[in-house]
Order: sequence, then C-alpha cells, then structure tokens
Amino acid sequence: MVAAAPPALAITRALARVMRQDRGRLMAALIARLGDFQLAEDALQDAAASALIHWQRAGLPAHPRAWLIKVAGRKALDRLRTESRSASREAALAELASLDQQEEAADIPDDRLRLIFTCCHPALEEKSRIALTLRTVCGLHTDEIARAFLDTAATMGQRLSRAKNKIRAARIPFTVPGPDDWSDRLQTVLTTLYLIFTAGYTSDPAETRDLCREAIYLTRMLLSLCPDQAEVEGALALMLLTDARRLARTGPDGGTVPPAEQDRALWDDAQLQEGRLLLHTALLRRRAGPFQIKAAISACQMERPQPDWPQIVQLYTALLLQEPTPVVRLNHAVALAETGQLRSALSIIAAIEAELDGFQPFHAAAAAICARAGKPAEARAAWLAAIAASDREADRIFLRRQMARLPPNPD
Amino acid sequence: MQYMLLIYTAPDAEPVYGTPEFQAMMQGFSDFNDRANADGVLRAGEALQGIETATSLRRRDDRVETMDGPFAETREHLGGYYILDVPDLDEALRYAAMLPVAAFGTIEVRPLMSYNPANG
Repeated sequence: MVAAAPPALAITRALARVMRQDRGRLMAALIARLGDFQLAEDALQDAAASALIHWQRAGLPAHPRAWLIKVAGRKALDRLRTESRSASREAALAELASLDQQEEAADIPDDRLRLIFTCCHPALEEKSRIALTLRTVCGLHTDEIARAFLDTAATMGQRLSRAKNKIRAARIPFTVPGPDDWSDRLQTVLTTLYLIFTAGYTSDPAETRDLCREAIYLTRMLLSLCPDQAEVEGALALMLLTDARRLARTGPDGGTVPPAEQDRALWDDAQLQEGRLLLHTALLRRRAGPFQIKAAISACQMERPQPDWPQIVQLYTALLLQEPTPVVRLNHAVALAETGQLRSALSIIAAIEAELDGFQPFHAAAAAICARAGKPAEARAAWLAAIAASDREADRIFLRRQMARLPPNPD
Repeated sequence: MQYMLLIYTAPDAEPVYGTPEFQAMMQGFSDFNDRANADGVLRAGEALQGIETATSLRRRDDRVETMDGPFAETREHLGGYYILDVPDLDEALRYAAMLPVAAFGTIEVRPLMSYNPANG
C-alpha cells in the first residue's frame, strides 16, 4: 500500500495541474458546445471528480484535456436529461450525443479568445467581468474572488450567477468581435485585466492567489491568442514594469515609496527588461493607445538619476486626448509641477477639485503641489485630507512623512 | 431571438418640432425602419404620445387607483419602442446604436420572454 501512494499522489497533482493550467481552454471548449456557463462549470467539476477515480485506476490518459472534455460532455448530458430546463435542451442533447460518437481527439480546439471576450462583454457590469474572468478562465474560487474585492462569498456568488444568467437569457454571443467593434471591445478586455492587476497590487500580500500574477498570466494568454496587437503588448508592458517594482514600493518604515525614491537594487531586472522590450515593440507599430502611453510613462518614471518629467508631461498630454478623465488631468498636473510649471498645475487642481474631492491621490497631489508653490497652510490642509481619505497604513505613513518635510509654521 | 428596444428621452433634450434637427431625427427613424425592414428583422415599432397623455393605474386591496402621468418620476421617459428579431445581443445592440435617439437619449435593450399571448 505504501508503494501505491506516490503514483496516486502524482495523478492527483497531474489532474490539479491540468485543471489549473488548462482551465480556460477546457471551459472555453465546453461553453462553445453547451452554450451555458453554469452547465459547463458543473460538468467540468463532475469530470474532474471522475478523473481522480479513473486515472488512479488506469493511469494518466494519453490526452488528458481531450479525456476531460469527453467525460464532461457525458456529464453535461446526464445533467440535461435529469433537469428539463430550457428550450435549447434538445439541441444541446443532440449536439452532445453526436460528440460522444466521435473518435477520441488528440486535442481540443482553442476557444479561449471567444471566452475572454464573452467574460469581458460590455453588457456585463465591470465588477462582474472581473469576477467572471477570474472564475472561468483562471479557476479562482468564489470565496477567493470575494476576499480580493472585500465582498462576502454569498454576494460574490450571486454576482457570478447573475452574470451567467444574463449571458444565457440576453443571449450574449460566444464570439470574437468583428473588425468594427474590435478596438473598443479589446479596450474593455484590457481594462478588465488591468483592474485585476491593480486589485492584486493593493491587496494583502498574504492572499492565497496573487491577482497580479493572474492578470499577467491572462494578458500573456491574450497576446499569444492575438499576437502583434500593440495595445495588448502595451498592457502587458505596463503590468510587468509596475510589478517589477513591487518589492521596492514599501520602505523600511512600512510607508509607500514613490518610484523616483525607490531602491533600484530591489527592482526585478528581468521583468523590467521584458517590459521595456515589449513597449519598444508596441511603439514601433505606430498605433498608440492608452495602455502603451501608460507603460511609456511608467518607463519614464524609472529613468535614472531622476524620472524624465518633461517626457512624462508630453505623454500625459497625449493620454488626455484619448482619456480626458479627471484622474489623468490630476497626473498631468503632478508632472507639470515636477517640471516647475506650478501655475498650470495649480489651475488644473482647482478645476478638478469638485470632481475628485475625497479621492486620496487628489489630496496628496494637491498637497505636494501647494508645498512646492510656497503655500504651506494649503499643503497642510490637503495632507490632512489625504490622510483621512487613505485606507492603507502604508499610504498614511508616506503622507505623514511628506507632511513632516514642510517648513515649520511661521506663526 | 426577439429583443425590445425601449427608447427613453428627456423632453428638454429632444429636438424641437419644425427645426432642421427635428427633420434629421425623423429622417434617422425612417432610415432605420428601411434598414431593419430590408434586413428582415423588424417585428413591430411605435412611438408613444407624450407623458401628459399617460394614465397610471394600480390595484391595491381591491381598489383601483388611477393617477395622471407616468408612475415613476424620472427625467427620461419612454417615448417609443421597436421589437427586432435578431440572432444575439450584439446584433440587437448594433441596431440600437443606429437609432437617432441614441445620440441624446437612452435605448434599453431587453430580450422578450418566449411567450406571446397574442399567438396563443
């Protein structure tokens, strides 16, 4: 019995690896056939349970993915036969029955691009796109997703189930968008992936699944499925350049350290190199988009001995044409102040104050600009507002440190 | 699959009758109708008279209450609808974007339940 343990363990690990690495591919193939997210998820779960038993008895099959798809198809058939739920049931039954007759294929078609575009469909709420992508493509559990977004598992479960129901009931198609919609839809996908990345960047490092890794994994997958897309390269570059600084972003006192003051020995050089190369490749395509511009800004912030602020000002000016949002205007103001254009920076701050009131980065930036412009009283008030609006201790430490650099009150 | 396109507009955002903008809007609807008819997807469509002609009704405890005007006080009002028969939501959204009102109002796109009492 002792001798049987290692192979059993090896099989369990092999199955876990297939379910982890090929989850997106398996789900995509199943959804393409079944037209139903929930049924695909349930059937794949059934097939994995079945694999655990059969593979331990008969050994690892030659084509594990194809094995899982075939068994999942049968499991879906069983489920459809026992629950008479929809009008599309008969069609799905016929499709599955014919599938079961086929010779066992060596591999399954790759429908992951269709899957990503469906999970990130603009008819779904932004948070639902994020949750559905993490659940369906990355295989995160509902409670893991819930924790990352500070929701209860029940609330997140309801959100996921609403999204899957809407896809079925409103018939959101399982397709890659055509040329007319391509660029808008691709931005929606990339924005979703980037939101996953930023959620990981600000989350507790003790989380079981690192959302930064998941976002980078998803964006790499997207790039392999639609190569030569400048914006996909730009988004991946932005994530790699940001993630490369992860260890350096918190100082010995636990406070946030801005890129210009970070210890560059802590930067991940291999990742920086890859990010810069990708950005370079993207820019050569001469199809600038918001993600490429943001990646370029990130690269400029890492210039030594100091960030290339004049270039950053230009890049924000270009970004404003594509994304005229208050947050981009705020970052533009910060860059202007760094190049000494304090009057312009202050007038932008005044113009966006109403819209960004209560937003921590706004008050922090306003404080730094006021301090530089010789307005210590305004700076102090803004720093206090920023500290009050912070929900992370690291940011509060940083802000207090900044505030302490103010010259003492003249009165 | 059948979808209803519910057309919502705010009265103050609509072009005024008799202006060139109003003409352009009517031309837009006419083009839309021609296109949807030619594509064979148009099942129904009507404009509604203004909310000043609306009456809302509800029955509570066997008492019928009627009220002047629409039930919900919102800035945008339902002004008309289309029913289209298209393969999926993307197609329905493509048509919705062609409606002239999309430029200043809102089009709500909803699938119909596959149950029509008029066919029973």
